[in-house]
Amino acid sequence: MGQTLVQKIITRASGRKTITPGEIVTCSVDLALILDSGGPRKIWPRLKELGIGVWDKDKVIVVADHFVPAADPQSAAILKLTRDFVKAYDITYFYDMEGICHVILAENGQLQPGMFCCGGDSHSTMGGAFGCYMAGFGAIEMTGVVITGDIWTVVPDTIRINWSGAFGPGTVAKDVMLFLARKLGMENAFKVVEYGGETVRNMPMLERMVLTNMAAELGAETGLIEPDEITLDMIRTGGREPAPDALDWKSDADADYVATHEFEAAALTPQVAAPHKPSNSAPVEDFASEKITIDQAYIGACVGAKLTDLHMAASILKGKKVAAGTRLLVAPSSKKIMSDAAADGTLSTITEAGAILLPSGCGACAGLGAGVLADGEVCISSTNRNFQGRMGSNDAAVYLGSPYTVAAAAVAGHIVDPRDMLQ
Amino acid sequence: MSIATGKAWVFGDEINSDVMAPGIYFKESNEIMASHCLEAVDPNFAHKVQPGDIVVGGRNFGIGSAREQAALSFRHLKVGAILAKSFARIFYRNALNFGVPALIFPEASDVRAGDMLSVNAVTGKVENLTSKKNYVVDSIPQHLMDMIQAGGLMPHLKKRLQKKGHI
Repeated sequence: MGQTLVQKIITRASGRKTITPGEIVTCSVDLALILDSGGPRKIWPRLKELGIGVWDKDKVIVVADHFVPAADPQSAAILKLTRDFVKAYDITYFYDMEGICHVILAENGQLQPGMFCCGGDSHSTMGGAFGCYMAGFGAIEMTGVVITGDIWTVVPDTIRINWSGAFGPGTVAKDVMLFLARKLGMENAFKVVEYGGETVRNMPMLERMVLTNMAAELGAETGLIEPDEITLDMIRTGGREPAPDALDWKSDADADYVATHEFEAAALTPQVAAPHKPSNSAPVEDFASEKITIDQAYIGACVGAKLTDLHMAASILKGKKVAAGTRLLVAPSSKKIMSDAAADGTLSTITEAGAILLPSGCGACAGLGAGVLADGEVCISSTNRNFQGRMGSNDAAVYLGSPYTVAAAAVAGHIVDPRDMLQ
Repeated sequence: MSIATGKAWVFGDEINSDVMAPGIYFKESNEIMASHCLEAVDPNFAHKVQPGDIVVGGRNFGIGSAREQAALSFRHLKVGAILAKSFARIFYRNALNFGVPALIFPEASDVRAGDMLSVNAVTGKVENLTSKKNYVVDSIPQHLMDMIQAGGLMPHLKKRLQKKGHI
């Protein structure tokens, strides 16, 4: 019986000849991502307590993205501590207010097929779009990784998900994930989701990254996509040369999947998740008849404000205005995306429609920055989770949708089928 | 520390890490964060839970964010053990790393709020002293139990680094 991609990576990283799903192995870590929120502020005191430093200053990557830019003295102090940590340990790669970590790693060619990576944020799964293992861990565990360069994992089973055919209008990777959260549920712990098939192969990297990002919403350890030329192109765009063996990192033809699912892209329509969980989803038509009034439409986060996402929003907003009584907030996922969207005219389309631009960062998605919600407010968001209280008040209601669906709701003032507004 | 006895606090399925550690208190101290633990689903919990009490959850307990405060808050509140039908991966790892025993307990629905429970994380014995029902659940794998008994990842790391002569 052959191995799946993740099993091959774990075999390599654990230095073992063979591995069996369910057994616990220790892996050498190729890249450790830590952030302002749960990084230096949690890890540095622990390093001091133990009297030890970081295992490899080239492999510990620091990103300041959660509390940026500082909105109060506490945030400012956390960011200063993050910068001081980088200086104290002479960290090679520090991205300070450049954008959201998962997108930053991709933009800078940091991820290569076959790598074993750990990140201090649950959406670290996004990195799996590059054919590497990248999963999320808490700060306490990232402390161990930063010191030792290794970590234990349970060898996971792999679920294979194949999509065939082409999407209909206004339907994108985000709709795939809201559909899968309902179909597969959110309880796939210690399993890995591998996406493939013609539809996935035809997706640009920024759309593939939505699939792996929201593997977290399936409760999976991570999501992976086998690398191809599209993967290698993005690594090159990020300024690095792919490793010579990059395209060898694929699942064997006779790999042992715990389950295989086949879906038709043409049969999928835009999806919306109702409060308070991503799996609480249904086709947008089911919501459109209810006339759900929207106070805030939010296009942001790692998953939902990349250049492809801003293009989707702009294609709806072009020549239209945000409805009276509704506000549209847009926080591009990175500084580079902000700049690219300014250069190609996307930002002017969005702002002419009446949207408010916010800085790049995790912000309102995690209830941290500008754009949080009051009691009783209703929001539709292109972010990845809508748990109660996540975006501010416990009494706010958050719906999830694609950037098309969020932009269309902003124009209509209530949830509508975005396909009726496509130009 | 392997046996915890206390009152049961019962929660449903898919209790997520955002409600355990709300983002709006992220910048606050661990103590303040813990005082808001689960307030969206039970405003009394963080104020009334007593040292040694047992948290009982349904399926996929702790789904969501990697925030360590979700598990750390239970340690601050001195929760004796967490029993759940199933755990989300990162939460489960965080709980064990903070030395909070987390045991998979398929019969969690048998427990009523306020029942007195006794949990032995080493043997997997769970006793409901109120209903007089006894259960045996899977114990925690030995290499993880070593860490919990050391008090969590930090003391465990210290031992490992000392053994290797790194500190």
